[in-house]
Amino acid sequence: MQLDAIDRQIIQATQAGLPLVAEPYLALAESLGLTAAEVMQRLTAMLDGGVIRRIGAVPNHYRLGYKHNGMTVWDVDDAEIDRLGAAVAALSFVSHCYRRPRHLPDWPYNLFAMVHGKTAAEAEAQVAQIAVLLGADCRRHEVLYSSRILKKTGLRLS
Amino acid sequence: MDELDKAIINRLQTGLPICPAPYAQVAVELGISTELLLERLQQQLDSGLLTRFGPMYHAEQMGGALSLAAMQVPEARFAEVTDIVNAFVEVAHNYAREHSLNMWFVLATERPEQVGEVLAAISAQTGLTVFNMPKLNEYYVGLQLEA
Repeated sequence: MQLDAIDRQIIQATQAGLPLVAEPYLALAESLGLTAAEVMQRLTAMLDGGVIRRIGAVPNHYRLGYKHNGMTVWDVDDAEIDRLGAAVAALSFVSHCYRRPRHLPDWPYNLFAMVHGKTAAEAEAQVAQIAVLLGADCRRHEVLYSSRILKKTGLRLS
Repeated sequence: MDELDKAIINRLQTGLPICPAPYAQVAVELGISTELLLERLQQQLDSGLLTRFGPMYHAEQMGGALSLAAMQVPEARFAEVTDIVNAFVEVAHNYAREHSLNMWFVLATERPEQVGEVLAAISAQTGLTVFNMPKLNEYYVGLQLEA
């Protein structure tokens, strides 16, 4: 989607957050010298165009009780990865699933799936379920649990 | 976090409407006043329960790029390297992970070529190898977790 200078002003004014006032789009419009109708029309266009995934809350996973956030990584045959990736992605507890490049010899894994457990046992059970699903199609795997969030700001235009 | 906080977070992970008084619409759905909703949201941001509230922009749909990168950082240098990496505005998320590759961060850039530029700068400033792991295919992204 093509963005113009006004879209960029709206993005820059909202990338840290939306005003917490009763009429946030009006407040935004006033700060930018626009009308509320124009701000809403442009945000709607960006939402429809996929530039905005959604306007909403981004919780800290740890504070919601999900303390066991594992990036599971799997070494599967490149020829089979789309079928296997789709199967893993269909599991209800997987929040993200991607194919990424290997970096041999340090990093042999090409399939990534994020799992989130409130307990270690819950996360481990999720990993085990993926392992069963992949079966002999997986040569090896690891789970990288996050130990700390070092930064979480979302996109920033420079 | 009480039951109302949970209800607010679960409702607002799915999205705030675009209309003149969007918080009022959500407040009605939740059976509370607009003032209470705004007060709770402010508290949730202040306490760190929410990391942010607002539009979630998608770098690739804006003509930019996203990538995941990993580094093996010596423990003695972890804080120093964290400061260097986090100072880049293009670094949207950064996580410590339990592995020899112990730092994993996501870049969101306005132009695709910035990914390589930023990773080269991070490598130069830290003296460490950076592994770039851009997505080659996306099978699923569903960011919501029930509160």
